[in-house]
Amino acid sequence: MVLMKQGDNEYPGIKIGLEIHCQLTGLQSKLFCSCFCNYHGLEPNGNICPICCGLPGTLPLLNKTAVESACMVSLALNCKIPDNITFYRKNYFYPDLPKNFQLTQYNAYGITSIGVGGSLKYGEKTSRIRRIQLEEDPGRLVYESGGVDFSSSYTLIDYNRAGISLVEIVTEPDFTDPKDVRVFLNKITSIIEHLGVCNTKRQGSVRCDANISIQGGKRVEIKNVGSFKEVEKALNYEIARQKTMSMHDIKVLAETRDWDDARKVTKQSRAKEEEQDYRYFPEPDIPTILLGEEYVSSIRKNMPELPYERKNRFIANYELSDHIAQVLIDNKELADFFESAVKIYSSPKEIANWIVTELLRYTDDDITEAKITSSSISNQSSSLFAGLKIDPKQIAELAILIDRNTINRNTAKIILTQIIKTGEMPSQVLARTDVLKIEDKIIISEAVESVFNAEKSAIRDAKNNPNVANFLLGKVMKLTKGRADPKITLNLIKTKLDGLD
Amino acid sequence: MSKLYKLSAKEVNTGIRSGEFTAEEYIIQILERIDKVNPKVNAVICIDRKGALEKARLVDRKIREDEKIGPLAGIAIGIKDNICTSGLKTTCASKMLEEYVPPYDATVVRRLKDDDAIIIGKLNLDEFAMGSSTEFSSFGPTSNPWNTDYVAGGSSGGSAASVAASECSVSLGSDTGGSIRCPASFCSVVGLKPTYGLVSRFGLIPYANSLEQIGPIGKTVSDVVMIMKTIAGADDNDQTVQVTYRTPDYTFSSNEKMRIGLVRELTEGAEPEISKRIYSAMDLFTNLDCKCEEISMNYVEYALASYYTIAMAEASSNLSRYDNIRYGFNFAPEGYEWNAYFAKVRSNFGDEVKRRIIVGTYVLSSAYYGKYYLKAQKIRTMLKQELRSLFKKYDILIAPTMPILPFKFGEKIDDPIKMFMVDIDTVIANLAGVPAITVPAGFSNDLPIGLQIMASEFQEQKLFNAALLFESNTNINRSPEL
Repeated sequence: MVLMKQGDNEYPGIKIGLEIHCQLTGLQSKLFCSCFCNYHGLEPNGNICPICCGLPGTLPLLNKTAVESACMVSLALNCKIPDNITFYRKNYFYPDLPKNFQLTQYNAYGITSIGVGGSLKYGEKTSRIRRIQLEEDPGRLVYESGGVDFSSSYTLIDYNRAGISLVEIVTEPDFTDPKDVRVFLNKITSIIEHLGVCNTKRQGSVRCDANISIQGGKRVEIKNVGSFKEVEKALNYEIARQKTMSMHDIKVLAETRDWDDARKVTKQSRAKEEEQDYRYFPEPDIPTILLGEEYVSSIRKNMPELPYERKNRFIANYELSDHIAQVLIDNKELADFFESAVKIYSSPKEIANWIVTELLRYTDDDITEAKITSSSISNQSSSLFAGLKIDPKQIAELAILIDRNTINRNTAKIILTQIIKTGEMPSQVLARTDVLKIEDKIIISEAVESVFNAEKSAIRDAKNNPNVANFLLGKVMKLTKGRADPKITLNLIKTKLDGLD
Repeated sequence: MSKLYKLSAKEVNTGIRSGEFTAEEYIIQILERIDKVNPKVNAVICIDRKGALEKARLVDRKIREDEKIGPLAGIAIGIKDNICTSGLKTTCASKMLEEYVPPYDATVVRRLKDDDAIIIGKLNLDEFAMGSSTEFSSFGPTSNPWNTDYVAGGSSGGSAASVAASECSVSLGSDTGGSIRCPASFCSVVGLKPTYGLVSRFGLIPYANSLEQIGPIGKTVSDVVMIMKTIAGADDNDQTVQVTYRTPDYTFSSNEKMRIGLVRELTEGAEPEISKRIYSAMDLFTNLDCKCEEISMNYVEYALASYYTIAMAEASSNLSRYDNIRYGFNFAPEGYEWNAYFAKVRSNFGDEVKRRIIVGTYVLSSAYYGKYYLKAQKIRTMLKQELRSLFKKYDILIAPTMPILPFKFGEKIDDPIKMFMVDIDTVIANLAGVPAITVPAGFSNDLPIGLQIMASEFQEQKLFNAALLFESNTNINRSPEL
């Protein structure tokens, strides 16, 4: 395949639109029945009832809290909320669909979806939101081989997920660069996390389909992208593929492609290519839901703080820089961590710096991501700090120790490298300071530097006397009270001596 | 012992409460009656002997021990087989649901049980309630108890015929476009289609959700009212129930001078013998001090097309779920690719059901949605508005229930349009959501004629007043010899 160069995406006429599905994991029950919203870790088909199984004669009972959550998402994305909303049936046959139709919303015969005509700013750019709709999730097909391999000889159906509330966010095709898509999706993640409507770390809680076309080509839809992180990769791959095709004068046809998470390629979807007619019509069993101005303003009034509001508060109350505040609010977990630490010890600037410039170095987004996608049935939420034993009170104490001049920043950095592994408090580490080994090259270099400055005559002999290096090592060890790593130190000394020639 | 099975629900209830006879004695007679006449009428398709006897004994024990008993204590009731009964097969008279045993009771069934009614079994119908003669049943057709060569009407043919044949005192049917009123009229009993949103549909296996209601069939108006008091009212399981009260309070007053409109188009469109009866009903009301007028309705001629478009559209979607994966009949999916399996099992629907699924799918397809479905909805709105303005001037409207007399088996089964046409008088109430009742109005060549009375939404009281006034001033046989 073609290798992508940096900036290669500035190709004319790239158009990307997104369909983002978020499960409303903050709810207690499903969208139309009282089965649990959290189906993770339950026996297959252990979270079902006559309603979500579509047994004959059952009727949907709309979860009002789901409407409230969807309304909040719509308001956060600057959508208009119609005075009344309705549900539509989307008719198609598929074994994971208990009724062989999906209850969703539809705007072709008048606006009936919960949100419409919104927009979201990300950085300097803005993307328009076409509509936001509330709908039910289908069940889950489990293939014999355990994956989504169609070659399995039999298929199992688990309806535990059937009827879970989904909010679908549909954007206009306003994106021109996959990088922007990533920034946008991070923004969406932070918003729904802040609203408390969706725990994006729960497996399968957010999914994204993307459609993409390049100049002169038809629109290709990429489905089955299991996490937001993968969307950018899938789009980059698809752009390269489509460009290669057009370079060789092969027409890009309208089609649906699946993202192969393992091989990192898109491949033609097995689904038929003919345009499906979903025969939408209004669901007769759910009466029109009247919302109106009063409803919307009461939702707005009781809405949790949004990321941009939080950022402004961080800047105003904690005097953080725009950049630091932005980094914090881009991930709700980080912002929450920060505020918890500040509550323990009110030194916001110091704490924010420690989090953003130091702590974040140890969190690896890709590792976190891999953990989420590889665990097939996981009840745990994967945290940003997964694998680290870090708690706000540790960072708060670090700030206290620095403020009291008990330790300097360099020592604090060393302490941090230890406590994230052990979960100890900084003061505990400090108490047995003699075992504190210095491995940080920068700190050791500083010590080496000062020894070099003090021992000018010895250094002059160094060329002829091979023992000088060991002599200098002894000096550095003395200066650092024996804490410097001898191997690293000796290497640094040798390098420095060699450099003198 | 006298013929207990012939008693009306009210008489049964009074007799059991006063100790004149026991519920068990009565139920044994009912079961014997079913054994005797059902082979002729084929109204009951599943008899719950054990359940009925157990419940009868429970009622008797409650009475003996002076415990509180429900208002329907001891009354034998039959349930149309598209209404879910927990633990008792509910088939919709379809091969598709041959083995289906619901795990839950419909709200109406639960309420009947709570009020100590005795459910004797499930009643025949056109497959999935699609038909007007109960000829489209996988259990075979139901015969008219007045003449077994004739159809009982449909789709609730079993519900009407079982009451007329005294196989139960009262029954429940469902009415999507006349499915309660048509057979009730053909069998000379009383049948009510309540206002849309008065009775919970939870547990009614849907044919066309926006049109249908569950309603009672009985030998008298007061029997029908008695059942309505139990089944009507708000239900947490059905968001389309519009009333907030749990039990309606129906009290009769025949003193008020009713303003009555006779719908000319419907009355003149009926067979001469039938329209004659409706005009004489108007004369009767006039003599009873009601103010009667002939009125005209503009949208009647579009009603049937509108009705069938909407009903089939909804049906095509409602019936999608029958893929035999989760429930249905005995046929395992082992070895089939799912598309092939769906195609295979869905061929189990009967011809009439297939016809309606195909037409419904067609009118909902994106190319024809505007041309058919949306237009049908527009007609529906206009019809609603027309009725609303009529009900400002009139308390009730009267018309024939059926434009024709009961017909012989096979007479219309090969011509779908002819079969659809017989619903012309009844679909109006379903499209508009208003209540309508049919009461026996006489006979022509020994075949029954029904008078239809319609009122404005949630004005069941007016219907009952008028129906009772008519009933008490006429004397029409409701018990055929069998």
